[in-house]
Amino acid sequence: MAASALVGASGFGNWARLAAQQSLTQDQLLEFDTYGNVSLIHVTDIHAQLKPIFFREPEINLGIGDARGQMPHVTGADFRKAYGIADGSPSAYALTYNDFSSLARSYGRVGGLDRVSTVINAIRADRPDALLLDGGDTWHGSYTCYHSQGQDMVNVMNALKPDAMTFHWEFTLGSDRVNEIVEELPYAALGQNIFDSEWDEPAELFKPYKFFERGGVKVAVIGQAFPYMPIANPRWMFPEYSFGIRDENMQAMVDEVRGMGAECVVVLSHNGFDVDKKMASRVSGIDVILSGHTHDALPEPVLVGQTYIIASGSNGKFVSRVDLDVRDGKMMGLKHKLIPIFSDVIAPDPMITKLIDEQRAPHKAQLEEVIGHTDENSLLYRRGNFNGTWDDVICDALLSEREADIAMSPGVRWGPSILPGQAITREDIWNVTSMSYGEAYRTEMTGEFIHVILEDVADNLFNPDPYYQQGGDMVRIGGMGYRIDVTKPQGKRISELTLLKTGEKIDPSKTYMVAGWASVNEGTEGPQIWDVVESHIRKQGTVSVSPNTSVQVAGV
Amino acid sequence: MEFSRRDTLAMGLGAAVVTVLPFRVSAAADDKIAEFTGGAEMSDGGITLTAPEIAENGNTVPISVEAPGATAILVLAMGNPTPGVATFNFGPMAGSQSASTRIRLAGTQDVVAVAKLADGSFAKASSTVKVTIGGCGG
Repeated sequence: MAASALVGASGFGNWARLAAQQSLTQDQLLEFDTYGNVSLIHVTDIHAQLKPIFFREPEINLGIGDARGQMPHVTGADFRKAYGIADGSPSAYALTYNDFSSLARSYGRVGGLDRVSTVINAIRADRPDALLLDGGDTWHGSYTCYHSQGQDMVNVMNALKPDAMTFHWEFTLGSDRVNEIVEELPYAALGQNIFDSEWDEPAELFKPYKFFERGGVKVAVIGQAFPYMPIANPRWMFPEYSFGIRDENMQAMVDEVRGMGAECVVVLSHNGFDVDKKMASRVSGIDVILSGHTHDALPEPVLVGQTYIIASGSNGKFVSRVDLDVRDGKMMGLKHKLIPIFSDVIAPDPMITKLIDEQRAPHKAQLEEVIGHTDENSLLYRRGNFNGTWDDVICDALLSEREADIAMSPGVRWGPSILPGQAITREDIWNVTSMSYGEAYRTEMTGEFIHVILEDVADNLFNPDPYYQQGGDMVRIGGMGYRIDVTKPQGKRISELTLLKTGEKIDPSKTYMVAGWASVNEGTEGPQIWDVVESHIRKQGTVSVSPNTSVQVAGV
Repeated sequence: MEFSRRDTLAMGLGAAVVTVLPFRVSAAADDKIAEFTGGAEMSDGGITLTAPEIAENGNTVPISVEAPGATAILVLAMGNPTPGVATFNFGPMAGSQSASTRIRLAGTQDVVAVAKLADGSFAKASSTVKVTIGGCGG
């Protein structure tokens, strides 16, 4: 069955298109009075989403310490109030979680790199030498990306002609494959913090920065790859590389490019927003940080000292345009627009549509096979600090398919949403599970060790110092409830661990059967998680989810 | 590879056991500092300690120290059972007073460097290095 027929069958195909087109036009979305003399176009965290998708923003995104109540740790009605966004408006749909299912039916899917191409082309029509900068997490996250080892994304991104890129999940392709692609990449592969792990010296293949002459201005773009790759992802897949924040080296690079005559310094970052804020407060001389990793989408820049930080969302849902006025070696002003990619409003670039379809053609039947459906009340989404409904389905699959007491699913921030009453295809399952280390393990753990894991992951999210955060969300748990006080120090946050099937407290000395996936340990064995989830959904036929109350959050 | 649903397979999330709490400062560490400084006050400036915020591998954590004009720099892993890491001595002909090494950290703890400066005073720098199970990266 064709994808378009499936959308029609679920009742929100053409109708959504008309509704969106009545309230919005492509011209409105692209409207921008060209400003200054330099334009930056920022895309980031696309996670291999070539086609339009649904993507629900988080309901819970807690800020700790100084970040409490600060952007981007504001959601829903508070977020709309902060930016003067009307309830039910296109911006409310794009940027907040409320009424997601009904707004999705009105405004339709978002993203699609053929639509992104149209936006890029429109900006280049205004400013032909605009810089296109990709913040990374591009060559990861879909069926076709997995099977082509990132080649589908490389082919399509090359056609968009970026000027520079930095990295995170790309390294989970393994260093041989990353090196192979980067050696042939027709644009700059940047990362001032990508080092050789043996000698702790800058890696040869990745340059720290690149100079561009734009509008008579010398612009230096410095790359900052994800600092915690060997910790958050399997180190054994790229043992030759070492990362880290290395803000002392960042300062050295800023000083070096300023010394070489840079009039404008842009950092293309995969730090995550809070880490970028801290870095901006410690490193002087950066004009703009194009921020990625934590998937935040903000309609206005955040100013730290003299540095503007721009957050451009994820999954191809947004493109940021940033125009700069640089005169006499100084940035005098900045104008910014976060452009939501409403796929029914922005016309696709036919050349890119064709290219995308060519990447997908060999896999078409596999991608489009319908595995199950959501029921009329079940929206599947992932984003949020604690369990999303997609994660609940994945944890249920692990519990039943692997006969486990407790399931653990990683708190990654990628993965599109599925609306109520929508078909779930194999592609949809891969969009929330695809990775190069997807083996679903099954192992015994003591209650004490389970507690240690939760404390460890919680500290990676809720440590008050952003430099000790890794930018993922909390590990998702099935079959067990717990209480978390986010304000407490490590070792004191997690309590009241309860095995849901019996209602009994978890005994630190007792052993439990735990199933999970995405282990960073080499040699992990088990069936691939997408096969586990597919088997589960196939048995269910219709997937229904209910509110998950197993995590009690305190200190908010 | 075929797996039955009840196959038990190790190597799940975190094969190594890590303790919940950051490691406490051992009394031996404070003794080492007192021995090095003779109990003198330590200032904050004059020494730079560079260490990762989160260790990529707790078994081999790269650190470096620099203290212009110093005659000696003591490096301690405050939470290790044996906290002493190294004492670097710099003679009058030394081109620079800096050193790099790799250390093993048993768990999350502070790494401390104390320099004996040219004027005989002492300077201290400290950095918390986190050792974590990992995984779950956004």
